[in-house]
Amino acid sequence: MASLGIRGVTKRFGALAVLENIDLDVEPGEFIVLVGPSGCGKSTLLAMIAGLETPSAGEIRIGGRVVNDVPPKDRDIAMVFQSYALYPTMTVRQNITFGMESRRVPRAQQDAAVARVAALLQIETLLRRRPAQLSGGQRQRVAMGRALVRDPALFLFDEPLSNLDAKLRIEMRTEIKKLHQRLGKTTVYVTHDQVEAMTLASRIAVMHRGRVQQFDRPRIVYERPANMFVAGFMGAPAMNFLAAEVVIADGRPALVLSEGAKSAPLPVPPVGPGVMLRAGRRVVLGIRPETLADAARPHLEPGSAHAVLDGIVEVVEPTGPETMVVVRLGGREVVARFDPDAAPTVGERVSLGVDLAKACLFDPDSERLI
Amino acid sequence: MQYAPSPPSARPRRSLARFLPQAVLAPSLAATFLYVVVFALWSVWIALSNSTLLPDYSYAGFIHFAELWRNHRWTIAYTNLFLFGTLYVIGATLLGLLLAILIDQRVRAEALWRTIFLYPLAISFVVTGTVWRWIFNPTSGVQQLVRDLGWAGFTFDWIVRRDLAIYTVVITGIWQASGFAMALFLAGLRAVDPDLVKAAQIDGARMSRIYLRIILPSIRPIFIAVMVILLQFAIKTFDLVLALTSGGPGISTTVPAIYVYDLMFQRGQLGEGAAAAIMVLLALLLVLVPYGVWIGWQRRRERAHG
Ligand SMILES: Nc1ncnc2c1ncn2[C@@H]1O[C@H](COP(=O)(O)OP(=O)(O)OP(=O)(O)O)[C@@H](O)[C@H]1O
Ligand SMILES: [Mg+2]
Repeated sequence: MASLGIRGVTKRFGALAVLENIDLDVEPGEFIVLVGPSGCGKSTLLAMIAGLETPSAGEIRIGGRVVNDVPPKDRDIAMVFQSYALYPTMTVRQNITFGMESRRVPRAQQDAAVARVAALLQIETLLRRRPAQLSGGQRQRVAMGRALVRDPALFLFDEPLSNLDAKLRIEMRTEIKKLHQRLGKTTVYVTHDQVEAMTLASRIAVMHRGRVQQFDRPRIVYERPANMFVAGFMGAPAMNFLAAEVVIADGRPALVLSEGAKSAPLPVPPVGPGVMLRAGRRVVLGIRPETLADAARPHLEPGSAHAVLDGIVEVVEPTGPETMVVVRLGGREVVARFDPDAAPTVGERVSLGVDLAKACLFDPDSERLI
Repeated sequence: MQYAPSPPSARPRRSLARFLPQAVLAPSLAATFLYVVVFALWSVWIALSNSTLLPDYSYAGFIHFAELWRNHRWTIAYTNLFLFGTLYVIGATLLGLLLAILIDQRVRAEALWRTIFLYPLAISFVVTGTVWRWIFNPTSGVQQLVRDLGWAGFTFDWIVRRDLAIYTVVITGIWQASGFAMALFLAGLRAVDPDLVKAAQIDGARMSRIYLRIILPSIRPIFIAVMVILLQFAIKTFDLVLALTSGGPGISTTVPAIYVYDLMFQRGQLGEGAAAAIMVLLALLLVLVPYGVWIGWQRRRERAHG
């Protein structure tokens, strides 16, 4: 187990700045997920941790040691690639032992390590096959085996599950989580799947345009997203954004929606410490679909910070356990969550209950959480 | 759930679709059969017949073969084929591979290097042979050049030495063909997944080991293609030798292709010429049959483990 420290790391390819001033501090044994849209620089950051790319500026430490000039083989890391990168002409066993052979590990020790990893991943029967003779899920296991056999200080995963079908992906996700709980190794895991990020991470680093937007525990990232990008990226269906204006009602601040939907002034969601909302300030109200639900549903206790909005149903999307309903509120479409039993039909007028205690306020100009 | 039987009109179309590829391939298959199998068998027949100046299909047994092997010039030509063929194929493959690996290290002006190395292939054998004859010539080539630069005792006279002249043919042949080998190898190296190299770096392998254990094994089909093509270049070698050494000094660089040509078209010995051609074919089979057996054995072994 080792800590990982990334200080002010910047990466430029020619004039193109791919990563700018990245700071991440990872405690020993943590499972960090780097998540973000395609091209935001996740793989590049991982490659720099592995030593396959060199940072243009900044410092990378593994276990307290600065490793900027240490070649990959001496960084005590293991990596699982998105393409698996299994050596095509070698058997599964040779794939797993190649690293140990390169490091001149004694034969008996190699055999013991292969036996241990094969049992752990249940690939004993595959050891004499070649990668071309394996299914996608089996290849994925072998790639994991090649990493696990090293017993490294740091595990790096680059989208290891993105080539699997949906069902297998969920199974393997659980297995990776179990493995981490059993081995407790510091792990950096890249994905662009926000569900994977939420389920696996001890902390999530949400990346966008070469910067870390937020680095925090999954629950905080979900409930208190640092800005509108993080709010929109984490969670499916995405958070609803409604423009609003601060008014003063009964001596206390309240919100009035800017676009059409008429309602009594809404209570103000929780804001950061020391924030004073002045009358007339324009804000963006962020509401997750699951906190915007059928007003008849019992989850809204009277007296909690809730309000009711009326709208017309535009689209109904059953997913099985729940039904997503697109509702037009004045000029805006929002997604709300309904019980399948109580799902409305298209064109119907519905009342939506909003739990404002779980909503967020953003500044429309800086897009930051207020 | 029940599946409806396919409508009757679908059947003729499907059989046409199955038949079409064969129909399209048929003419070239027929031509290949005619030129390779039929003519090879015809050569065997002629070699075993009484033919001399004109074909004569009466059976004569192995007299032409016996005559061939009594001829000193033929044994030299046959030995030269093995010597030249082995050194040329291995030399051009290794040099081509080396060049490809060097160019693959992201050198600057890569396209320029590629063109330079590939260029010899665009020059005809006759021009190549003639130019290299000048280079090897002791009085006009490298030997004289080095002597003029001050090393008066320098000798490089392989082309006029009976025992060494064949190596000048090897050198010239390798010079001409290695660029071609390089082009094929480079294409193969470029197709190797770069993640494999990264994974191997993390696994702690040095670059030499990465090439030997991962990259080169994964382009094995290219080795085979290169070597098979070079092998048939080697067997066909004719004009290069004529232009470079004319088979000399004496008969020391004669090759079977020259010998067969002489017998058949200069001296009117059809039977013996055919016998010599059969011997060349046998030499080729000597290489290809063990290879085929080895491949088959490997396939079977792989299937047994799979
Ligand atoms: N060798 C390179 N030269 C130039 N640009 C590069 C190079 N490698 C990556 N980039 C650029 O850097 C950016 C980030 O790439 P990176 O592979 O890190 O993205 P990613 O977040 O992993 O995306 P994905 O989810 O699609 O894998 C991209 O815009 C890419 O075009
Ligand atoms: Mg990537």
